[in-house]
Amino acid sequence: MTAFLNAGDALEIGGKKLTSRLFTGTGKYASDTMIPRIIEQSGSQVITVALRRVDFQSGTDNVMKHIPTSVTLLPNTSGARDADEAVRIARLARAAGCGNWIKIEVISDNTYLLPDGYETVKATGILANEGFVVLPYINPDLMVARALVNAGAAAVMPLGSPIGSNRGLMTREMIRILIDELEVPVIVDAGIGRPSQACEAMEMGAAACLVNTAIASAADPVAMAMAFGEAVRAGRRAFLAGPGAEREKASASSPLTGFLYQEAR
Amino acid sequence: MRINVNGQCEDLDEGLTILGFLHVKKLEPREVVVELNRTIIIKDDFDTLVLKENDNLEVLRFVGGG
Amino acid sequence: MGFYDVYKQWEQKDVDGLLKSVTSDDVLRTLAKTRLHEQDYLTLLAPAAQEHLEAMAQRAHDQTVAQFGKTVVLYTPMYLSNYCVNHCLYCGFNARNNISRKHLDAGEVEEEARRISETGLKHILILTGESRTWASMDYLKTCVAILSRYFTSIAIEIYPLETQEYRELITAGVDAMTLYQETYNEALYDRLHVKGPKKNYRFRLDAPERACEARMRSVNIGALLGLYKGRHESFYTGLHAWYLQKHYPEVDISVSFPRMRPHTGSFNPDYPVDDVNLVQAITALRLFMPRAGITMSTRENAEFRNQILPLGVTRMSAGSTTVVGGHTQKNQDTGQFDISDERTVDQMALSLSSLGYQPVFKDWQAIKA
Repeated sequence: MTAFLNAGDALEIGGKKLTSRLFTGTGKYASDTMIPRIIEQSGSQVITVALRRVDFQSGTDNVMKHIPTSVTLLPNTSGARDADEAVRIARLARAAGCGNWIKIEVISDNTYLLPDGYETVKATGILANEGFVVLPYINPDLMVARALVNAGAAAVMPLGSPIGSNRGLMTREMIRILIDELEVPVIVDAGIGRPSQACEAMEMGAAACLVNTAIASAADPVAMAMAFGEAVRAGRRAFLAGPGAEREKASASSPLTGFLYQEAR
Repeated sequence: MRINVNGQCEDLDEGLTILGFLHVKKLEPREVVVELNRTIIIKDDFDTLVLKENDNLEVLRFVGGG
Repeated sequence: MGFYDVYKQWEQKDVDGLLKSVTSDDVLRTLAKTRLHEQDYLTLLAPAAQEHLEAMAQRAHDQTVAQFGKTVVLYTPMYLSNYCVNHCLYCGFNARNNISRKHLDAGEVEEEARRISETGLKHILILTGESRTWASMDYLKTCVAILSRYFTSIAIEIYPLETQEYRELITAGVDAMTLYQETYNEALYDRLHVKGPKKNYRFRLDAPERACEARMRSVNIGALLGLYKGRHESFYTGLHAWYLQKHYPEVDISVSFPRMRPHTGSFNPDYPVDDVNLVQAITALRLFMPRAGITMSTRENAEFRNQILPLGVTRMSAGSTTVVGGHTQKNQDTGQFDISDERTVDQMALSLSSLGYQPVFKDWQAIKA
C-alpha cells in the first residue's frame, strides 16, 4: 500500500521529480528479500547500494534482483578513502548501466566513520563535470557545503550523528544553518534512529532523509519502514503548514521604545 | 595463463574473453561491472576483449549498502 | 552583477499590497523564528508590525548585544572636496547650487587629519562630491597616503568606481566604502538625478558589489529616507544588504538610515519618515541581519541618537562637520546637510559611557603586506 503522496510537493533532483522524501538503504538487512516490501511500505523512490568485488566462492544472489526498476539507484562510494578512489568507484558504478546518480562517501576514519570534506569536494568537482548527479555525504559544515554547491553537487547530505549510532539529530543546529543558507536540497543522512527524528528533520525544512540502519536493525523492518515513510510525510506536511508562533513570556526589562510616545522633542 | 582477478591469482585458459570468464564463474554480464587494467570495460566489449597473461581484472557488483 | 534582478523581481510584485496584507499573527510568527528570510523582513516592515515595536526593539537589542556587546565604534567624516558635476535635486552640493566650492590641498588634508586625530579617533570617513577633476583617483590616493599616517581605518564615501579602481584604492590603504543608492525606485531615481554621471542607476546600484569583488573589507549601504516610501526603501536596502552578504560572506556589510535633513536648495522630501517608522526600520533590519553593522550619523540629534543606540546601532559619527575643511576652519561655508548632533568626540564618549556603552576608537588595523 502506498499512502497518499503529495505530487504537488515533488523533490526535484538530477532531473527527476520524487514524490517520496524518504531515501532508504539496502545495507545490514538480515535478508535482501525484505527489500521489495520495505520499498513498497515506505514509499521510498531512491535506494542506496554499495559496489564490491564479486565473491566467486559464495552464492551469486544479487541485491539488484530485489530492487524494482522503477526506483532510482543511488550507489555510494563506500570504501573510498580519498577523492581518486571515490571517482574510480563512481565511474565503475555508472558502468553498471543503472543511472548516473552517485553518493560520495569518502571516509578514512574508522572510529566514527566521519567523512573527509576536502576529498569529497575534490571528487564532486571531477564527477559533476563528467555529468554525474552528485549527492555528497558530509559533516554539516557550511563552508564545505558551499564549496560542494560551487563544485556542482545536486544536493548535500549532512549527517545527523555518526553512521550507525542511531543518535538522531545531534548536529541539528548546523543542519538548520545549511537549510537556511543553501539553495540545493539538504538531505539528512546517517544517525536517524527513530521516525520521530526523521519527522523532526523534515519539520526543520530538510528536503529528504536517508534511513538505513534504523530500518534494518528494527525487530520488524518492514513495519519500521512504513513508520518512517509516514514520519517523513508528517514532518514535511508540518513544515509546509507553517508552525504557529510560540508565545514567549513577557520580558521584564525596561521599555526601549517609550521615548517615541513622549512629548515631542 | 595467470591473471589477477579481484586481488587473487587465477589460472585460466588462453584466449578467454571477459564474457567467457564470466560464464566460467556463472555470472550474468548485466549483473557486474568490469575493470581491466584500470580501464572500465563496456558490456559491448565483453565478448571481444581477450584476457592476457598478467592482466589485472576487477569484477564488481552492487551489494547492500547505506 | 545581480542585485538588479532581485530588485526587478520584487518590483513586479505589489509590495504595497503585500505590506497591507500582513497580520498581527504573521508578525508574531516571524518574531518567534530564529532565522528570518525576505518575506519575514517584509512582515516586520509592515504597518501591522508597528503595534509590536516594543517586542521588536527588545529582540533587536538582545541580538545586538549578543553579536556586538555593548560597544560602539566612533568615526568622523572628513569632506575633502565639494566640487560636484551632478545635478541632484535633494543635495546641498548640487552643481546648480551657488555655494562656495572648496577642495583641500595636501597641506590642508594633513592639517585636518592632525586636528581630528588629536581627538583620539582612528576611523575616518572621507567624502567628496563627484568630480573626476577635483577628486580624481590620484588625488584620492594622495589623500589616503596622508591619512594612513593618522588613521588605522579609512572609509570612502565618494562616487561609484569600477572594480579595478576599488582595488587600487584598497592597495592605497582604503578598507571600507559607503555608498547610498539614495532611492531604489528606478523611475524616481531618474527624475531626481537630472544631469551628470550619477544619473546612471545601475552603475551606482552595482558599485557596492564591485567593491566586494575588489575585496573591500566593509561595505555600507542605505537609502536616503524621505525620497520615496520608507517601508519600500528599507525593504530594498535590507534585500541589497542580504544579497551582498550572501554572495560575499567574508565582507562586513553594514546599513545606514540617513533621513533627509534641511539643506541648501528648495527640495522637500515627499515621504518624510517619522521616528516610529525609523525605529521600525532599524529594528527590522537588525532582526533580519543579526550581524550587519548599523550606522547612525549626526543627521539625527543627540537625544534621538541616545535613545536609538540600544536598538541595534554599532557605529556612530562624532565631532562631525559636513563642511569641506570644517574640522580646522571655522567658516560659514555650506555643508552637505545640517548637523543635528554637535557633540564633540569627548562629549560623545562620555554620553556613551553614561549609557552603558564602550566607545571604541580603534576597531582594527590593516597590516600591509
